[in-house]
Amino acid sequence: MFAHHDSLKPGYDVVIIGAGGHGLACAYYLARDHGIRNVAVLEKGYIGGGNTGRNTTIIRSNYLTPEGVKFYDESVRLWQDLGEDFDLNLFYSTRGHYTLAHTDSAMRTMRWRAEVNKHFGVRSEAVDAAFVKRGIPSIDMTCGGHAPILGALFHEPGAIARHDAVAWGYGRGADRRGVEIHQQTEVTGIRLQGGKVVGVDTTRGSIATSRVLCAVAGYTPRVLDMVDLHTPIYIHPLQAMVSEPVKPWLDPIIVSGSLHVYVSQTARGELVMGASLDPYELHQTRSTLDFVEGLSSHMLDMFPFLSEVKVNRQWAGLSDMTPDFAPIMGVTPVEGFFLDAGWGTWGFKATPVCGKTMSHTVATGRNHPLIEGFTMDRFARYQLTGEKGAASVGH
Amino acid sequence: MKIIVCPLNGPRPVSEFAYGGEVRLGPDPDTCTDAEWSSHVFDRSGSPGVKYEWWCHIASGFWFILSRDTARDVVLGSFPAEAVRHGLPGAVP
Repeated sequence: MFAHHDSLKPGYDVVIIGAGGHGLACAYYLARDHGIRNVAVLEKGYIGGGNTGRNTTIIRSNYLTPEGVKFYDESVRLWQDLGEDFDLNLFYSTRGHYTLAHTDSAMRTMRWRAEVNKHFGVRSEAVDAAFVKRGIPSIDMTCGGHAPILGALFHEPGAIARHDAVAWGYGRGADRRGVEIHQQTEVTGIRLQGGKVVGVDTTRGSIATSRVLCAVAGYTPRVLDMVDLHTPIYIHPLQAMVSEPVKPWLDPIIVSGSLHVYVSQTARGELVMGASLDPYELHQTRSTLDFVEGLSSHMLDMFPFLSEVKVNRQWAGLSDMTPDFAPIMGVTPVEGFFLDAGWGTWGFKATPVCGKTMSHTVATGRNHPLIEGFTMDRFARYQLTGEKGAASVGH
Repeated sequence: MKIIVCPLNGPRPVSEFAYGGEVRLGPDPDTCTDAEWSSHVFDRSGSPGVKYEWWCHIASGFWFILSRDTARDVVLGSFPAEAVRHGLPGAVP
């Protein structure tokens, strides 16, 4: 599916660190839309082996801030014909997305999000309990008696997709246009001269370049250390799990912030489930029993009939969290060093629009208008882009 | 890490504890620059390493300091909260 390159060239126009969805999408659009094809994507593991292959594949644009809504809405738009673009089945499946509200204050946030969404043309509605019951007939509306469902934010375009195929599609598209993808190639240093990027050192030799994009999710702080940049990013693991396949019974995507659950059913019949971040900083992708027990008990609050269903697998990824739950993107104080980071627990859905906007930013040296709310200097200005209210669960 | 040895309560399961973030000694607000202050407010040491951290034993409300390797998830030592004022071993002021 991808060309193998025996060695690195002495130099590239652009070096992208990280062959996950975001890095490969940027490479794809650099080659397709900006004619920049002398690009290397360096990956210390394998294509899509990081958070691209570890997320719960939910795609939505029902955010809270105008910056977020516009950005994610553009992403949802780009998702629509991506499979066609790639000539690869992404199993993109529009399901409708319910964010359940169990309290009056949660209902208030749902109405707020619905109004912001509708203002920007995104299809979201605050709906009542009867609507929820019609949409999800099998749900226990009392959630075990302790968290009755009062209503929800219903977001019609909510969708899921096959996450590995997204990385493969972007990777293959970039590869065919001349981009070199180097797996098993770890970046060990970034060379600067007079505050500008001049090269990258790797485990397979050094290369010259004047532009580097860092798209490495939970490894961002380690790369930032190489260029002596400081950000608010901190790392916590996020775990997820999947059940054995069962016959199709759950069409929409269900999220409950109060119960810390998000769940959807794949085309194969498995339930893909996620919950909150692990409670403390850790740079490991180990799994815990606490997570399975906690998430299962909340799943049973909503769907008690699942009590005999087995959990097949669990895993974890490293989330680069930010204080306002918005990403950190764009140019940095180091000339030629670009950042696509701070993607915490919300990065998969943004893969296409991140590729689009970061390729523009890398090609022109100026931030794309859609990412101006996400720049690194917003913290020094105390102008945060507060998206915590739109996080799927209260992390 | 499944058990934390609390200086007050001895070994207890990690689920009884709350993480309070890294011990961070701020600049003097009267003399530092705006950039130093906003960096103190927001920036974090995101890379893995041995860090001093605030932890609380929830049941007893007892706050203390752990020295923990965030790459390996191994606790290297625990200290009473007063140690922050008196200087933690090797901590940068």
